Amino acid sequence: MTAQVITLTSGKGGVGKTTAVANIAHALAMDGKRVVCIDGDIGLRNLDVVMGLENRIVYDIVDVIEGRCKLRQAMIRDKHFQDLYLIPAAQTRDKSAVSPSDMVRLCKDLQSETDFVLIDSPAGIERGFRNAIAAANRVLLVTNPEVSAVRDADRVVGILEAEGKGTPSLLINRLNPALVKNNDMLSAEDVLDLLGIQLIGIVPEDESVIIGSNRGSPVVSDPKSRAGAAFRNIAKRLEGEDVPFLDLEPQSGLWNAIQRIAGRK
Amino acid sequence: MSIFARKRSALSAKERLQLVLIHDRTDLTAAELDALKDDLLKAISNYIEIDPEAVQISLERDGRSQRLVADIPLKNVTHPRAN
Repeated sequence: MTAQVITLTSGKGGVGKTTAVANIAHALAMDGKRVVCIDGDIGLRNLDVVMGLENRIVYDIVDVIEGRCKLRQAMIRDKHFQDLYLIPAAQTRDKSAVSPSDMVRLCKDLQSETDFVLIDSPAGIERGFRNAIAAANRVLLVTNPEVSAVRDADRVVGILEAEGKGTPSLLINRLNPALVKNNDMLSAEDVLDLLGIQLIGIVPEDESVIIGSNRGSPVVSDPKSRAGAAFRNIAKRLEGEDVPFLDLEPQSGLWNAIQRIAGRK
Repeated sequence: MSIFARKRSALSAKERLQLVLIHDRTDLTAAELDALKDDLLKAISNYIEIDPEAVQISLERDGRSQRLVADIPLKNVTHPRAN
Protein backbone atom coordinates (compact mmCIF):
# COMPACT_ATOMS: atom_id res chain seq x y z
CA MET A 1 0.00 0.00 0.00
CA THR A 2 1.30 3.41 -0.88
CA ALA A 3 -0.10 6.57 0.63
CA GLN A 4 -2.39 9.02 -1.05
CA VAL A 5 -0.63 12.38 -1.09
CA ILE A 6 -3.26 15.10 -0.94
CA THR A 7 -2.50 18.82 -1.11
CA LEU A 8 -4.95 21.46 0.05
CA THR A 9 -4.53 24.77 -1.70
CA SER A 10 -6.66 27.85 -2.45
CA GLY A 11 -4.92 30.72 -4.19
CA LYS A 12 -6.41 33.26 -1.80
CA GLY A 13 -5.30 33.25 1.83
CA GLY A 14 -7.61 33.02 4.80
CA VAL A 15 -10.21 30.67 3.33
CA GLY A 16 -9.56 27.96 5.92
CA LYS A 17 -6.94 25.67 4.37
CA THR A 18 -5.06 25.00 7.58
CA THR A 19 -8.23 24.34 9.56
CA ALA A 20 -9.42 21.99 6.83
CA VAL A 21 -6.12 20.07 6.87
CA ALA A 22 -6.25 19.67 10.66
CA ASN A 23 -9.88 18.56 10.64
CA ILE A 24 -9.62 16.15 7.72
CA ALA A 25 -6.45 14.67 9.21
CA HIS A 26 -8.20 14.10 12.54
CA ALA A 27 -11.23 12.59 10.81
CA LEU A 28 -9.01 10.17 8.88
CA ALA A 29 -7.20 9.27 12.10
CA MET A 30 -10.58 8.66 13.80
CA ASP A 31 -11.23 6.12 11.04
CA GLY A 32 -8.02 4.35 11.98
CA LYS A 33 -5.92 5.67 9.10
CA ARG A 34 -2.23 6.46 9.41
CA VAL A 35 -1.87 10.14 8.57
CA VAL A 36 1.04 12.57 8.24
CA CYS A 37 0.34 16.29 7.84
CA ILE A 38 2.99 18.55 6.34
CA ASP A 39 2.91 22.30 6.93
CA GLY A 40 4.07 23.68 3.59
CA ASP A 41 4.04 27.32 4.64
CA ILE A 42 7.74 27.87 5.37
CA GLY A 43 8.23 31.04 7.41
CA LEU A 44 4.56 31.26 8.40
CA ARG A 45 4.11 28.10 10.42
CA ASN A 46 0.60 27.62 11.78
CA LEU A 47 -0.69 24.07 11.35
CA ASP A 48 1.07 23.24 14.64
CA VAL A 49 -1.04 25.69 16.68
CA VAL A 50 -4.29 24.64 15.01
CA MET A 51 -3.47 21.01 15.86
CA GLY A 52 -2.35 21.97 19.38
CA LEU A 53 1.20 20.65 18.91
CA GLU A 54 3.20 23.89 19.05
CA ASN A 55 5.01 22.96 22.28
CA ARG A 56 6.37 19.70 20.94
CA ILE A 57 8.38 20.97 17.99
CA VAL A 58 12.09 20.17 18.02
CA TYR A 59 12.89 19.67 14.34
CA ASP A 60 11.10 20.90 11.23
CA ILE A 61 10.84 20.10 7.53
CA VAL A 62 13.95 22.11 6.61
CA ASP A 63 15.97 20.18 9.21
CA VAL A 64 14.91 16.96 7.47
CA ILE A 65 15.71 18.27 3.99
CA GLU A 66 19.09 19.64 5.04
CA GLY A 67 19.98 16.42 6.86
CA ARG A 68 20.11 17.75 10.44
CA CYS A 69 17.70 15.09 11.66
CA LYS A 70 16.02 11.89 10.58
CA LEU A 71 12.55 12.07 9.09
CA ARG A 72 11.12 10.28 12.15
CA GLN A 73 12.56 12.92 14.50
CA ALA A 74 10.64 15.72 12.76
CA MET A 75 7.35 13.81 12.91
CA ILE A 76 5.38 15.05 15.93
CA ARG A 77 2.82 12.58 17.21
CA ASP A 78 -0.67 13.93 17.87
CA LYS A 79 -1.95 14.11 21.47
CA HIS A 80 -4.99 11.95 20.81
CA PHE A 81 -4.12 9.67 17.91
CA GLN A 82 -1.21 7.23 17.79
CA ASP A 83 -1.03 7.27 14.01
CA LEU A 84 -1.43 10.98 13.31
CA TYR A 85 1.73 13.04 12.84
CA LEU A 86 2.72 16.57 11.91
CA ILE A 87 5.87 17.65 10.11
CA PRO A 88 6.05 21.37 10.97
CA ALA A 89 7.23 24.17 8.71
CA ALA A 90 10.44 26.01 9.54
CA GLN A 91 9.65 29.36 11.08
CA THR A 92 12.94 31.19 10.56
CA ARG A 93 13.56 30.28 6.94
CA ASP A 94 11.80 31.10 3.69
CA LYS A 95 10.32 28.94 0.98
CA SER A 96 13.53 28.84 -1.04
CA ALA A 97 14.84 26.38 1.58
CA VAL A 98 12.63 23.69 0.00
CA SER A 99 12.38 22.62 -3.65
CA PRO A 100 9.65 20.65 -5.43
CA SER A 101 12.01 17.67 -5.72
CA ASP A 102 12.66 17.80 -1.94
CA MET A 103 8.90 17.46 -1.39
CA VAL A 104 8.66 14.55 -3.81
CA ARG A 105 11.52 12.76 -2.03
CA LEU A 106 10.04 13.44 1.42
CA CYS A 107 6.62 12.10 0.43
CA LYS A 108 8.20 9.05 -1.16
CA ASP A 109 9.95 8.29 2.14
CA LEU A 110 6.60 8.56 3.96
CA GLN A 111 4.62 6.44 1.50
CA SER A 112 5.29 2.96 2.80
CA GLU A 113 4.23 3.53 6.41
CA THR A 114 1.32 5.90 5.84
CA ASP A 115 -2.18 5.84 4.37
CA PHE A 116 -2.54 9.59 3.82
CA VAL A 117 -0.09 12.47 3.55
CA LEU A 118 -1.90 15.82 3.77
CA ILE A 119 0.03 18.89 2.63
CA ASP A 120 -1.07 22.35 3.73
CA SER A 121 -0.10 24.69 0.89
CA PRO A 122 0.67 28.36 1.49
CA ALA A 123 -1.59 30.92 -0.17
CA GLY A 124 -0.53 32.23 -3.56
CA ILE A 125 0.69 30.57 -6.74
CA GLU A 126 4.43 30.91 -6.26
CA ARG A 127 7.28 28.77 -4.95
CA GLY A 128 5.57 27.51 -1.79
CA PHE A 129 2.50 26.49 -3.78
CA ARG A 130 4.67 24.76 -6.42
CA ASN A 131 6.45 22.85 -3.63
CA ALA A 132 3.14 21.85 -2.08
CA ILE A 133 1.65 20.43 -5.27
CA ALA A 134 4.82 18.74 -6.54
CA ALA A 135 4.21 15.43 -4.76
CA ALA A 136 0.41 15.44 -4.78
CA ASN A 137 -1.62 12.60 -6.31
CA ARG A 138 -4.68 14.60 -5.59
CA VAL A 139 -5.41 18.30 -4.95
CA LEU A 140 -8.28 19.70 -2.91
CA LEU A 141 -9.07 23.29 -3.73
CA VAL A 142 -10.46 25.18 -0.73
CA THR A 143 -12.62 28.22 -1.41
CA ASN A 144 -15.29 30.39 0.21
CA PRO A 145 -18.49 31.43 -1.56
CA GLU A 146 -17.12 34.95 -2.17
CA VAL A 147 -16.06 36.71 -5.35
CA SER A 148 -12.38 37.10 -4.43
CA ALA A 149 -11.89 33.51 -3.27
CA VAL A 150 -13.72 32.03 -6.28
CA ARG A 151 -11.73 34.11 -8.75
CA ASP A 152 -8.42 33.02 -7.22
CA ALA A 153 -9.62 29.41 -7.11
CA ASP A 154 -10.30 29.56 -10.84
CA ARG A 155 -6.71 30.69 -11.49
CA VAL A 156 -5.43 27.77 -9.43
CA VAL A 157 -7.56 25.28 -11.41
CA GLY A 158 -6.02 26.66 -14.61
CA ILE A 159 -2.47 26.35 -13.26
CA LEU A 160 -3.03 22.80 -11.96
CA GLU A 161 -4.40 21.72 -15.34
CA ALA A 162 -1.51 23.38 -17.17
CA GLU A 163 0.98 21.62 -14.85
CA GLY A 164 -0.57 18.24 -15.63
CA LYS A 165 -1.86 17.84 -12.06
CA GLY A 166 -5.37 17.17 -13.30
CA THR A 167 -8.52 18.82 -12.09
CA PRO A 168 -8.74 19.43 -8.33
CA SER A 169 -11.76 18.59 -6.17
CA LEU A 170 -13.56 21.53 -4.64
CA LEU A 171 -14.04 22.08 -0.91
CA ILE A 172 -16.45 24.95 -0.31
CA ASN A 173 -15.70 26.25 3.17
CA ARG A 174 -17.67 28.61 5.42
CA LEU A 175 -20.93 28.50 3.52
CA ASN A 176 -23.66 30.32 5.41
CA PRO A 177 -26.96 28.53 4.60
CA ALA A 178 -29.13 31.39 5.87
CA LEU A 179 -27.34 33.92 3.63
CA VAL A 180 -27.63 31.55 0.66
CA LYS A 181 -31.33 31.18 1.32
CA ASN A 182 -31.69 34.98 1.27
CA ASN A 183 -29.81 35.10 -2.04
CA ASP A 184 -27.03 37.06 -0.38
CA MET A 185 -24.34 34.43 -0.75
CA LEU A 186 -23.25 32.36 -3.75
CA SER A 187 -24.71 28.87 -3.36
CA ALA A 188 -22.62 25.71 -3.68
CA GLU A 189 -24.29 25.15 -7.08
CA ASP A 190 -23.26 28.66 -8.20
CA VAL A 191 -19.63 28.07 -7.20
CA LEU A 192 -19.55 24.65 -8.87
CA ASP A 193 -21.08 26.07 -12.03
CA LEU A 194 -18.56 28.93 -12.13
CA LEU A 195 -15.51 26.74 -11.52
CA GLY A 196 -16.65 23.69 -13.48
CA ILE A 197 -14.97 21.08 -11.24
CA GLN A 198 -16.04 18.20 -8.97
CA LEU A 199 -17.17 18.73 -5.39
CA ILE A 200 -15.56 16.93 -2.42
CA GLY A 201 -17.53 18.69 0.32
CA ILE A 202 -19.37 21.73 1.63
CA VAL A 203 -18.48 22.93 5.13
CA PRO A 204 -21.00 25.28 6.74
CA GLU A 205 -19.84 28.34 8.67
CA ASP A 206 -19.68 27.22 12.28
CA GLU A 207 -18.46 29.00 15.41
CA SER A 208 -17.26 25.74 16.87
CA VAL A 209 -14.45 25.67 14.28
CA ILE A 210 -12.90 28.77 15.87
CA ILE A 211 -13.41 27.40 19.36
CA GLY A 212 -11.68 24.18 18.28
CA SER A 213 -8.73 26.12 16.84
CA ASN A 214 -8.50 28.18 20.04
CA ARG A 215 -8.11 24.98 22.02
CA GLY A 216 -5.82 23.28 19.49
CA SER A 217 -8.36 20.51 19.20
CA PRO A 218 -10.07 20.30 15.80
CA VAL A 219 -13.87 20.41 15.83
CA VAL A 220 -14.20 17.18 13.90
CA SER A 221 -14.29 15.19 17.13
CA ASP A 222 -17.34 17.17 18.36
CA PRO A 223 -20.37 15.08 17.34
CA LYS A 224 -22.68 18.09 17.55
CA SER A 225 -20.72 20.33 15.18
CA ARG A 226 -22.13 20.59 11.66
CA ALA A 227 -18.76 21.63 10.27
CA GLY A 228 -17.28 18.63 12.06
CA ALA A 229 -19.80 16.34 10.35
CA ALA A 230 -18.93 17.88 6.98
CA PHE A 231 -15.20 17.27 7.56
CA ARG A 232 -15.86 13.67 8.64
CA ASN A 233 -17.78 13.12 5.39
CA ILE A 234 -14.92 14.58 3.34
CA ALA A 235 -12.53 12.15 5.03
CA LYS A 236 -14.87 9.24 4.15
CA ARG A 237 -14.97 10.37 0.52
CA LEU A 238 -11.15 10.48 0.45
CA GLU A 239 -11.22 6.91 1.76
CA GLY A 240 -13.32 6.01 -1.26
CA GLU A 241 -16.77 5.86 0.35
CA ASP A 242 -19.79 7.30 -1.38
CA VAL A 243 -21.27 9.65 1.23
CA PRO A 244 -24.25 11.90 0.40
CA PHE A 245 -23.77 15.65 0.87
CA LEU A 246 -25.18 17.16 4.08
CA ASP A 247 -28.50 18.91 3.99
CA LEU A 248 -27.50 22.49 4.72
CA GLU A 249 -30.93 24.02 5.17
CA PRO A 250 -30.67 26.85 7.67
CA GLN A 251 -31.76 25.74 11.11
CA SER A 252 -34.72 27.84 12.10
CA GLY A 253 -35.14 29.04 15.64
CA LEU A 254 -38.30 26.98 16.01
CA TRP A 255 -36.67 23.78 14.80
CA ASN A 256 -33.75 24.35 17.13
CA ALA A 257 -36.19 24.87 19.99
CA ILE A 258 -38.03 21.64 19.18
CA GLN A 259 -34.73 19.76 19.04
CA ARG A 260 -33.69 21.24 22.37
CA ILE A 261 -36.99 20.22 23.94
CA ALA A 262 -36.63 16.77 22.46
CA GLY A 263 -33.18 16.59 24.08
CA ARG A 264 -31.26 16.31 20.83
CA LYS A 265 -29.19 19.42 21.38
CA MET B 1 -30.31 50.18 0.51
CA SER B 2 -33.52 48.90 -0.99
CA ILE B 3 -34.81 45.39 -0.37
CA PHE B 4 -34.45 44.54 -4.05
CA ALA B 5 -30.81 45.51 -4.30
CA ARG B 6 -30.09 43.41 -1.22
CA LYS B 7 -31.92 40.33 -2.46
CA ARG B 8 -29.90 40.07 -5.59
CA SER B 9 -26.37 40.33 -4.22
CA ALA B 10 -25.64 36.62 -4.87
CA LEU B 11 -26.86 37.00 -8.44
CA SER B 12 -24.74 40.06 -8.96
CA ALA B 13 -21.71 38.17 -7.57
CA LYS B 14 -22.34 35.33 -9.99
CA GLU B 15 -22.81 37.53 -13.04
CA ARG B 16 -19.71 39.57 -12.28
CA LEU B 17 -17.66 36.43 -11.72
CA GLN B 18 -18.87 34.88 -14.97
CA LEU B 19 -17.44 37.81 -16.89
CA VAL B 20 -14.23 38.08 -14.90
CA LEU B 21 -13.47 34.36 -15.20
CA ILE B 22 -13.94 34.37 -18.97
CA HIS B 23 -11.43 37.19 -19.31
CA ASP B 24 -9.03 35.59 -16.78
CA ARG B 25 -9.15 32.24 -18.57
CA THR B 26 -8.66 33.59 -22.06
CA ASP B 27 -6.24 36.32 -21.01
CA LEU B 28 -8.24 38.72 -23.20
CA THR B 29 -9.27 42.18 -22.00
CA ALA B 30 -12.63 43.63 -23.01
CA ALA B 31 -10.79 46.03 -25.34
CA GLU B 32 -8.89 43.20 -27.01
CA LEU B 33 -12.11 41.30 -27.49
CA ASP B 34 -13.63 44.34 -29.21
CA ALA B 35 -10.59 44.61 -31.48
CA LEU B 36 -10.91 40.92 -32.29
CA LYS B 37 -14.55 41.41 -33.22
CA ASP B 38 -13.67 44.32 -35.52
CA ASP B 39 -10.94 42.31 -37.26
CA LEU B 40 -13.26 39.35 -37.65
CA LEU B 41 -15.99 41.48 -39.20
CA LYS B 42 -13.51 43.10 -41.56
CA ALA B 43 -12.24 39.70 -42.71
CA ILE B 44 -15.73 38.36 -43.28
CA SER B 45 -16.83 41.51 -45.10
CA ASN B 46 -14.10 40.89 -47.67
CA TYR B 47 -16.07 37.88 -48.87
CA ILE B 48 -19.71 38.33 -47.98
CA GLU B 49 -21.96 41.21 -47.22
CA ILE B 50 -23.02 41.38 -43.60
CA ASP B 51 -24.88 43.82 -41.44
CA PRO B 52 -22.37 44.87 -38.75
CA GLU B 53 -25.21 46.02 -36.48
CA ALA B 54 -26.81 42.57 -36.39
CA VAL B 55 -23.61 40.69 -35.57
CA GLN B 56 -23.26 39.16 -32.12
CA ILE B 57 -19.89 37.84 -31.01
CA SER B 58 -19.33 36.73 -27.45
CA LEU B 59 -17.22 34.46 -25.29
CA GLU B 60 -19.24 31.73 -23.62
CA ARG B 61 -18.39 29.17 -20.98
CA ASP B 62 -19.06 25.48 -21.18
CA GLY B 63 -17.79 23.85 -18.00
CA ARG B 64 -14.08 24.68 -17.96
CA SER B 65 -13.80 25.46 -21.66
CA GLN B 66 -14.45 28.76 -23.37
CA ARG B 67 -15.82 29.23 -26.84
CA LEU B 68 -16.06 32.22 -29.09
CA VAL B 69 -19.62 32.24 -30.35
CA ALA B 70 -20.46 34.36 -33.38
CA ASP B 71 -23.90 34.91 -34.81
CA ILE B 72 -23.41 36.65 -38.14
CA PRO B 73 -26.56 37.09 -40.23
CA LEU B 74 -25.75 37.40 -43.93
CA LYS B 75 -27.40 39.98 -46.11
CA ASN B 76 -29.48 38.51 -48.90
CA VAL B 77 -27.68 38.65 -52.20
CA THR B 78 -30.16 39.49 -54.94
CA HIS B 79 -27.73 39.45 -57.83
CA PRO B 80 -24.73 37.25 -58.56
CA ARG B 81 -21.40 38.74 -57.53
CA ALA B 82 -19.02 39.77 -60.24
CA ASN B 83 -15.68 38.20 -59.33
